[in-house]
Amino acid sequence: MTAVTAGTAETTGAPGVSDAAVAAEQAAYEAVFDAAVAADERIEPRDWMPEAYRASLVRQIAQHAHSEIIGMQPEANWITRAPSLRRKAILMAKVQDEAGHGLYLYSAAETLGTSRDELLDKLHSGRQKYSSIFNYPTLTWADVGAIGWLVDGAAITNQVPLCRCSYGPYARAMVRVCKEESFHQRQGYEALLALSRGTEAQHAMAQDAVDRWWWPSLMMFGPPDDESTHTAQAMAWKIKRHSNDELRQRFVDIAVPQAEALGLTLPDPDLRWNEERGHYDFGAIDWAEFWDVLKGNGPCNEERLSRRRQAHEDGAWVREAAAAHAEKHRVDKHHAEQHQHTGKHGEAQA
Amino acid sequence: MTSDSWPLWEVFVRSRRGLSHTHAGSLHAPDAEMALRNARDLYTRRSEGVSIWVVPSAEITASSPDEKDPFFEPAADKPYRHPTFYEIPEGVKHL
Amino acid sequence: MSTTPVTSGAAVITGAALALGDDALVLSHRLGEWAGSAPVLEEEVALANIALDLLGQARILLSLVGDEDELAYLREERSFRNAQLVEQPNGDFAHTIARQLYFSTYQRLLYGQLASGDGPFAGLAAKAVKEVAYHQDHAEHWALRLGDGTDESHRRMQRACDALWRYTGELFQPVEGVDVDHAAMESAWLASVTDVLGRATLTVPEGPRTGAWAAGAGRQGLHTEPFGRMIAEMQHLHRSHPGATW
Repeated sequence: MTAVTAGTAETTGAPGVSDAAVAAEQAAYEAVFDAAVAADERIEPRDWMPEAYRASLVRQIAQHAHSEIIGMQPEANWITRAPSLRRKAILMAKVQDEAGHGLYLYSAAETLGTSRDELLDKLHSGRQKYSSIFNYPTLTWADVGAIGWLVDGAAITNQVPLCRCSYGPYARAMVRVCKEESFHQRQGYEALLALSRGTEAQHAMAQDAVDRWWWPSLMMFGPPDDESTHTAQAMAWKIKRHSNDELRQRFVDIAVPQAEALGLTLPDPDLRWNEERGHYDFGAIDWAEFWDVLKGNGPCNEERLSRRRQAHEDGAWVREAAAAHAEKHRVDKHHAEQHQHTGKHGEAQA
Repeated sequence: MTSDSWPLWEVFVRSRRGLSHTHAGSLHAPDAEMALRNARDLYTRRSEGVSIWVVPSAEITASSPDEKDPFFEPAADKPYRHPTFYEIPEGVKHL
Repeated sequence: MSTTPVTSGAAVITGAALALGDDALVLSHRLGEWAGSAPVLEEEVALANIALDLLGQARILLSLVGDEDELAYLREERSFRNAQLVEQPNGDFAHTIARQLYFSTYQRLLYGQLASGDGPFAGLAAKAVKEVAYHQDHAEHWALRLGDGTDESHRRMQRACDALWRYTGELFQPVEGVDVDHAAMESAWLASVTDVLGRATLTVPEGPRTGAWAAGAGRQGLHTEPFGRMIAEMQHLHRSHPGATW
């Protein structure tokens, strides 16, 4: 038995064993892993897993966690200007949840042997991505509603299948996240409905926001299946359960009637019901824009990342102080306990 | 002292009286007192709990998956530990 | 908007509810400004919890005497009754913690007294005193860690405690309709803050606890310059759409 140290990878194979023996052992482990995945069992942190599976999970969970914390910014942008106290409370609670979701996800990544510090470093240095959607600005209050309805709606469509992801800690984190996300989407929809049914100016504000957020929301599902580099392997490992295009279609089918109920239009002249397919057809997505934003040319890429770095740097002295305090008092406590121990000992002898 | 990284803690929450604490997740904190408070804020903000334990992740000793067989399989061939092992004539109650 | 009968008793209650409600509203707003910039993710969650508790208190208090949104969004700067302490800008994390320590210690004593009375705020206070006890605990734990952490954190925390000291006297100026023993509260506050600062290896500031003309000023609608900018930001959207519902 060994102590669990923050989900460190199990190392297998003892020194001095022949290559053939190592290979055989490796194959045996792999067979057990493949069988577990095939049987829809969950892989847990200390189970053997292929290095590529581990790396793929770390990449995906990290990107997801980064998206939650970068995603706080566009909405926090409106906390201080929320137009009613009720909306202000809702928005604060929502942005807080996003910090919470980031925490659940970083924890899931840590079970794979990657510390949060490492992941934050990679985010701050641009070596790991977050969802491109957060590189778009929130220009009006209605953007808060549009993010809740469309962006969170797209996220939920992506995330619900992840609750059955083959990696246990990720699946469990997603169960918690999805429970909380449904409040996010509903509050966004409700906020947009109030605007749509409000004054002419409010209605226009809502329509403008939906016009700006619709296409980027569709891009959130990632590139089309035939261009997606990670999809096939991720699906084989049951990290991912549905392809990008499948999920995108599911989202469109759900969103169209919701837009009608809102009394708002979606900015796509090609959007219409296809009886034969049993789905809505929709227009071509501007993938050039998608790749451009991904490469860093979005309206807010620079701003989001530098704000995040700034917060981290400004907080360094606080984190150091708490660590230093803990260190001092750990020593104090240790001394106190020793003292007490000796005291008791003395008593017993007396 | 320049380290600004905090250790990892595992959080266990008792969701209501009468139930045992179950693992809720983990978080970072500089010390136990702050870990408890962070856990309260993070894992019980929707009234999910009435009691919390926090344990430094590094202090947990776990069985290894490699020991799965010797650890857990011997228990599988002792069906006489389970009440369903025993046949009781039909109609006998409260057993 | 609910209309309250205009009697002097009602006016007294209105003044008192505004004083307590504006304190909570304004401090909640300031804490909300931290969203996305806290020193560590766990602290994002903690600060937001405190801000949400305060906003909840503000909404109950303002609703006792009018429409919460009209009161929050349509009053001019000079009509706000909050103490100047809570409107002070966040500064660094040490300033925010010093402000929290001073204010939550006061608010805990205040609500403790109100909860044991039978006045119009007893019900609210009984619920809020539990929230505020947690806020004080949070502030105290951070004060200890910043005061007795590194040289830098000690210096920052001492500077913050010193800078905000002169806004603490106002908290104990009697407010009509807030039926508590302000003098007793003040000595209990001093004892509590002195104890925490001592354990945090910090020095109790020596300066006056009120500015030259600051005593009771916030309660009378005299605020500091940053407050005007704060409510301009807070109110602008609501005021841009007169009569709209959100």
